[in-house]
Amino acid sequence: MADFGGADLDAFRTEAREWLEANFPPALKGKGGMMYLEGREELSGDAAEWKKRIGDKGWGVPTWPKAYGGGGLEPAQGRVLQQEMNRIGAWNPIGGMGVMMFGPTLLEYGNEEQKKEHIPQIAHGEVAWCQGFSEPGAGSDLASLSTKCEDKGDHYLVNGSKIWTSGGQWADKCFCLVRTDTSKKHEGISFLLIDMKAPGVEVRPIKLIAGASPFCETFFTDVKVPKENLVGPLNGGWTIAKRLLQHERSGLSGGGGGGGGGGMFGVGGSVPSLAKTYVGVDDKGRIVDSDLRSRIAAHDMDRRAFQLTAMRTIVESRSNQGPSAATSIMKNAGTKIGQDQAELTLEIMGNQGLGWEGEGFSSDELAAVRGWLGGKATTIFGGSHEIQNNIISKRILGLPDPVNSTSN
Amino acid sequence: MAVLTEEQSMLRDAARTWTQEKSPVTAFRKMRDSGAELGYDPAAFAEMAEMGWTGVIIPEEYGGSDFGYLSLGLILEETGRTLTASPLLSSALAAASAIILGGSDAQKGAYLPKIAAGELVATLAVDEGPHHNPEKVALAAKKGGSGYSLSGKKSFVLEGMAAGLYVVSARTSGKPGDKEGITLFLVASDAKGVSRKALKLADSRGAANVTFDNVEVGADAVLGEADKGGELLEKVLDRARAGLAAEMLGAANQAFDVTLDYLKTRVQFGQVIGAFQALQHRAAKMFTDLELARSCVEAALTAIDNGAPDTAELVSLAKAKMGDTLHLVSNEMVQMHGGIGMTDAHDAGLYLKRARAAEASYGGQSYHRDRYARLNGY
Repeated sequence: MADFGGADLDAFRTEAREWLEANFPPALKGKGGMMYLEGREELSGDAAEWKKRIGDKGWGVPTWPKAYGGGGLEPAQGRVLQQEMNRIGAWNPIGGMGVMMFGPTLLEYGNEEQKKEHIPQIAHGEVAWCQGFSEPGAGSDLASLSTKCEDKGDHYLVNGSKIWTSGGQWADKCFCLVRTDTSKKHEGISFLLIDMKAPGVEVRPIKLIAGASPFCETFFTDVKVPKENLVGPLNGGWTIAKRLLQHERSGLSGGGGGGGGGGMFGVGGSVPSLAKTYVGVDDKGRIVDSDLRSRIAAHDMDRRAFQLTAMRTIVESRSNQGPSAATSIMKNAGTKIGQDQAELTLEIMGNQGLGWEGEGFSSDELAAVRGWLGGKATTIFGGSHEIQNNIISKRILGLPDPVNSTSN
Repeated sequence: MAVLTEEQSMLRDAARTWTQEKSPVTAFRKMRDSGAELGYDPAAFAEMAEMGWTGVIIPEEYGGSDFGYLSLGLILEETGRTLTASPLLSSALAAASAIILGGSDAQKGAYLPKIAAGELVATLAVDEGPHHNPEKVALAAKKGGSGYSLSGKKSFVLEGMAAGLYVVSARTSGKPGDKEGITLFLVASDAKGVSRKALKLADSRGAANVTFDNVEVGADAVLGEADKGGELLEKVLDRARAGLAAEMLGAANQAFDVTLDYLKTRVQFGQVIGAFQALQHRAAKMFTDLELARSCVEAALTAIDNGAPDTAELVSLAKAKMGDTLHLVSNEMVQMHGGIGMTDAHDAGLYLKRARAAEASYGGQSYHRDRYARLNGY
């Protein structure tokens, strides 16, 4: 794609290039990748130094305001920075839910003290956040949550449990939805920040169909929370939660960053090239199994269509057309493509794609199995496939709230 | 919707206004009911030419405006919405592309101004069997004297009855299925030995089977290079496919809009049927597919304008995705309308019939999936 902007952007590109050359340790080239999926590891040596440098520069969160430790860059400059980082294999060590979801939300809804306390910590990658939204009894119907939060004068007292707290076992803090009024549904929810090290917080990891997972159950038993940890008005948490979920969904589709269509689960390497290796080709170089080949082509085209749509939403939102309607489809389209890829990968690998652990299987083959299973979550979390369709129906297509039954 | 230039926005708005006011679906229905053999209304086509639509991709020196394929695609999207039948695609896009890409100065000078003015209808005569297969050419061109003699048959030639000029793919060497050995010829429809028979198709558009019986043409009838026409033809067909995909995008979006409107107004069990989640989720699926398909169609047209190296794959992507999407939406249009959608008085059937014909033209979904795989080396 063409670059946008003129001389100013060129000047910034030079600045970014020079700074990266001076500060990114070449030994770390291309080593970003999976480090955050493996759990919370303290960085050391070059990596720790790189994290400190980019954190101090504010370029881990390049478009956040300078006043709170961000880079203060325009979106176009942020894209240039990303391009320059990609060019030399540099990666951003500042990430996680604080960057993706909580930070942008707090910048919008937090008070000055809250922003001053939390945003710089996120910008430096010093504090890991987790999300306390879903409960055993509140999944797709999130607003039915019941974790109780009582006003005890000088503090709040929280009792209840959360589930699917991703990264809960490593997190320092949790942004949480709690019930502060039981007489109302949406209007009885508040947005509260809870210290995961506080007495009464217990975290239990959950084992999933794919094996060990970053997901946890979190239990709150008489947890005392300072009053100043309430974000936004009392009973006004639902609006903030919806905004945060928008940030979550745009991250989950894999589209926002111009990435490759739900590739967060599954192995690397293109599906066609895997098939050529595992299934073989005829004398014209075609995958020999014509039925499989046709389904691979269809998948390949879906992926390309998704990428083109991701690019289109960026170009359209940059022009004066306002937010693109296509944005609403990205989560369902992207996660479906990711799952299709995983299913095809497994099918292509045949029996080699059914290993659980141990010898006889390559690491890619074992990863394919775990990725296939883990990826089933993508159409469930962050607003399930069905919830996304409800949202498209109501908000984009203008259809009425659904009714449940007919005369049958 | 792609980000448009001011000229493109004006062109699209003009096309929208004209099709909605002068060429709504009722106009197509009237043409169909009249049994017009041409398959379109010449007076309406003359108006389109008057507005400059037939010269959008033609260079200014030959009487066009040279606005490019995305611009013409915007117009085709609007004509697709109202099922407006005309030779705009076959002549002003497909055949014009062949002459622009492969023509000598003399050929360009002879034909492009007339195509741009809407005076001449030209069309591709490529396929010879029930399936699109541009390399499977048996129609023979034998060298003799100072020119060639053409013998063979072409089937499902779009606007075949209206055309005054055919762009004919013929075999000058090799055998059917070979890419090498194909030569393109410009042949006047009134040349000695050309005969044609109108086909009445389900979508009521104009098409014909054309027979060439020892048709003598001069060496100056060769378009591009002899024996090397296969490559040129692919480029021409890619332009036609992208243009047709744009028309299909318009038809699919209109079919969806009409259906969505029905979901909001048809009442059963005491509520509008659009309140039923089973229908809502199917509508959401259609919307999702339409957005994905739009990205592909716009990318293909833009790639042609930019001369992008991956144009061929993007075109196959666009034609296949658009075909799948129009297939789905046209079926759902009938199903969601229920009984009324089965009546000839309703428009649903018109969109369904047009959908299948457009899907098959210049290669259906399975053709383009196979081609996409080939282009990507698997």
